[in-house]
Amino acid sequence: MSNPTPPVGPGLPETQTMVSDTVPAPAPVREGKHAKKGGKPASLWTDAWYDLRRRPMFIISVVIVAVLLVMSIWPSLFSSIDPFNARSCDLATARQGPSAGHLFGRDNLGCDLYARTVYGARNSIVIGVLTTLFTTVVGGLLGIVAGYRGGVVDTVASRLTEVFFAIPSILGALLIAATFRGKANSILLVILALSVLGWPMVYRIMRAAVITAKGQDFVIAAKALGAGSGRIMFRHLLPNSVAPVIVVATINLGTFIAAEAALSFLGVGVQSPDISWGLMIADARNRFLEAPLPLVIPAVFLSITVLAFIMMGDAVRDALDPKLR
Amino acid sequence: MASVGEPVLEVRDLVKHFPLNQGILFKKQIGAIKAVDGVSFDLHKGETLGIVGESGCGKSTLAKVLMALERPTSGSVKIGGRDIAKARGGELKTMRRNIQMVMQDPYTSLNPRMTVGDIIGEPYEIHTEVAPKGDRRKKVQELLDVVGLNPDHINRYPHQFSGGQRQRIGIARGLALQPEIIVCDEPVSALDVSIQAQVINLLERLQDEFGLAYIFIAHDLSVVRHISDRVGVMYLGKFVELGKDAEIYERPAHPYTQALLSAVPVPDPEGRERRERIILQGDPPSPANPPSGCRFRTRCWKAQEICAQEEPLLQIRPGTAHLSACHFAETHDVVHAG
Amino acid sequence: MKKTSADVLPAEGGLGDAPLLAVDNLHVEFHTRAGVVRAVNGVSYTVGPGETLAVLGESGSGKSVTAQAIMGILDMPPAVIPQGEIRFKGTDLLKLSEHDRTQVRGQRIAMIFQDALSALNPVFTVGWQISEMFRVHRGMSKSDAMKKAVELMDRVRIPAAKQRVHDYPHQFSGGMRQRIMIAMSIALDPEVLIADEPTTALDVTVQAQIMELLAELQRESQMGLILITHDLGVVADVADKIAVMYGGRIVENAPVYDIYRAPAHPYTKGLLDSIPRVDQKGHELYAIKGLPPNLLDLPTGCAFHPRCPFRQENCVTDAPPLYEISGTRGSACHYWREVLDGERR
Repeated sequence: MSNPTPPVGPGLPETQTMVSDTVPAPAPVREGKHAKKGGKPASLWTDAWYDLRRRPMFIISVVIVAVLLVMSIWPSLFSSIDPFNARSCDLATARQGPSAGHLFGRDNLGCDLYARTVYGARNSIVIGVLTTLFTTVVGGLLGIVAGYRGGVVDTVASRLTEVFFAIPSILGALLIAATFRGKANSILLVILALSVLGWPMVYRIMRAAVITAKGQDFVIAAKALGAGSGRIMFRHLLPNSVAPVIVVATINLGTFIAAEAALSFLGVGVQSPDISWGLMIADARNRFLEAPLPLVIPAVFLSITVLAFIMMGDAVRDALDPKLR
Repeated sequence: MASVGEPVLEVRDLVKHFPLNQGILFKKQIGAIKAVDGVSFDLHKGETLGIVGESGCGKSTLAKVLMALERPTSGSVKIGGRDIAKARGGELKTMRRNIQMVMQDPYTSLNPRMTVGDIIGEPYEIHTEVAPKGDRRKKVQELLDVVGLNPDHINRYPHQFSGGQRQRIGIARGLALQPEIIVCDEPVSALDVSIQAQVINLLERLQDEFGLAYIFIAHDLSVVRHISDRVGVMYLGKFVELGKDAEIYERPAHPYTQALLSAVPVPDPEGRERRERIILQGDPPSPANPPSGCRFRTRCWKAQEICAQEEPLLQIRPGTAHLSACHFAETHDVVHAG
Repeated sequence: MKKTSADVLPAEGGLGDAPLLAVDNLHVEFHTRAGVVRAVNGVSYTVGPGETLAVLGESGSGKSVTAQAIMGILDMPPAVIPQGEIRFKGTDLLKLSEHDRTQVRGQRIAMIFQDALSALNPVFTVGWQISEMFRVHRGMSKSDAMKKAVELMDRVRIPAAKQRVHDYPHQFSGGMRQRIMIAMSIALDPEVLIADEPTTALDVTVQAQIMELLAELQRESQMGLILITHDLGVVADVADKIAVMYGGRIVENAPVYDIYRAPAHPYTKGLLDSIPRVDQKGHELYAIKGLPPNLLDLPTGCAFHPRCPFRQENCVTDAPPLYEISGTRGSACHYWREVLDGERR
């Protein structure tokens, strides 16, 4: 009796929440779709969407993300001051506290902090979102193919990721960004540097999830029906392996925004006069004790952004699992 | 019951060996697991062939090879005269319409992220020529009705059903393409006793209705007897005995069949002290290294020298009316003894 | 000096009139997010020395939860035992302190499980795991305990025990692993052995070996055996008496011969009619319609009424008590006489 702890509770509810056999059920379970009998057939994605619209967490995070996106596309909607205009700054008013015209006060160079934060959203979010998108698509696709095919494809792809894993990420990004500095747009360069080093993580998670899923009976059943590789990978394996990838992607998004800040801080990321939250934090760092706001404000925005994306990812992952509905 | 005529499935000398490799970069074959090692049988329209045997005897591998999920090492599996084991691409896909399967575990055999409608409708999406797009939903609802489920539940997910209901969904998926043959791999062993009878009755009803031929693989000899017209007993990748159900169950000739049958508990305590029980010693040998000659000889009480030297062929033996593979075959009713 | 079970409980032997183990009106609930799962609703049974009680039921019938309550291995919470007694030689185990309970568990009452592979620790040799019982509970030295382990492995007829004692669980076949589990459970000479589906995962020839082994061990030691199973065949082979469970209650209890000759509860009758038999070729099987009950929301009255062919109006409203049919037999059906006569409406 060294470890006699068999599952006790879990066995129970599983078998209990069932409707009666053969007899048409009085439907104690919620209908998979919005109970529209005879309506158009439900699919995982339409059901997930229906489910998402009723989750407060999702709504709140979507609103935040939407505001941030609008802010990065049309910053002038949010701020009447154009921070790129040199005349909007006045060194004499540097580090002034909040006042009527300047909601968050002024930074080290006497520029309006609110306007800079609003205009900084664009670069931070563009870098975070695009890098996440890029790494997820590349790593995810490679992961599905390698996990499903196995054999040589898997061996080659996996060795390749190990090479990338061996490079310390900030150092690698620093190297890439510094090498190509000036040869391309600094923002594109940051995206490139972070993407090249970010995809192996997504690849590994996708591959592991696919390998677990592909041994399941329903995949064998699909093969027995004559399903091709494409159908098996995208109808059966992808929906059953995507959950951990979504979680990692949303966490990555935060990491990428933070990495952008680090690169900018080190001088190889976004270059002044461009604005990004990372750059603002870097600039405010020296005078933090005298004037905390120039550092705190972009940092708070950064945290809210990252949190909103993680909340959104959580909600999407849950909605894609019918068992949690 | 078994209608005589053209067999719908002809299996000849089927062999499936899984190579055992050593080394990481330069793989060297050091042996093979002889999962299926020379199996032949016919299956006729509307007939049920039960296949029994203990775990590791190769019955599940046999199912996979029949379904062309694994390529055999040698031998043929002919469906309607064409060999599915050699078919490729479009030809294989077309042939699959004729042979479908019902799997053991109703909890893992349905994609949890697809609705019941998508699961049962998937065969039509793969074989688009079978049903035009507009008809599919109606067809799926008909299938749900046929297997005794509410057609309105088409948009539900598998986890909203009980084990027995899920097994009905799996059966409906198998029926969608109107195959002639369904391979059932332990279709009721994961279900509760009171639900097993429902599913067995359903399978029997569908057989009558659609003229299906079943390969019914199970370890439960009572269930196999109930549903089968003929029964094959497997041991270490080979049939040791094959014949009509009454022959196998009332007049078994192979010692292994006799031991197997005598070990099945009968749900009736009357005379339990007097029941004959042949308790085999030890476990079956490894299929990677089966004994020479007769594979059962290491656990057999009748074994003689000849059993180690000469492999007994599956043939009709003196005094019996069905095929058995034992040098000393002798019928002996173990289930009714005592 | 460690306190032994002898300090807590009556000494082995002297039993008087009390049965070896008595479960009395036991209730077990699981408080889950979805609501209260009433897994066991007033179960009573007894087992005496050398006696085999079969507890028969399907998944969710409460048969395993009852056994886990006896062993004291339920996770509490979420499990709660609102009422009932489990008396071992007259002492209510539920009133003992956790420390005293530990002295009973594994020593006086032992249990074996269906899945021997997951019940054994994969990173220790089987010899180490068996001998651990002696080291921990009997304070034996490593070498003495190992010797006892070899003896035990011989006793459960594991071939070449002396060599195999150093092997790891995965190196054994399913049947051999179950023998190892049995060896561990009988190591400290328990007076009651609970076997929870001990042969369900095994092949039929191996199942026969294991059941024979259990019967033999029981004859030698006069253990009380509680056999939990869903297999009516196994029950008919080995049990002295049967308790049939449904929806967390005992719906019928009887000596084994009586119940197979003429069941007195519609559920038992339905089960017996629904199983195919190896010694007969029947026609269509009788199928109990519907599904086992939802323990979150048990049917009113008799829990079996939605599936019952004998149902009358009062079955929906009045929960039947366990009617006494004879001194040794009971049925929780208002219409047990009709069921005994065998007429299904």
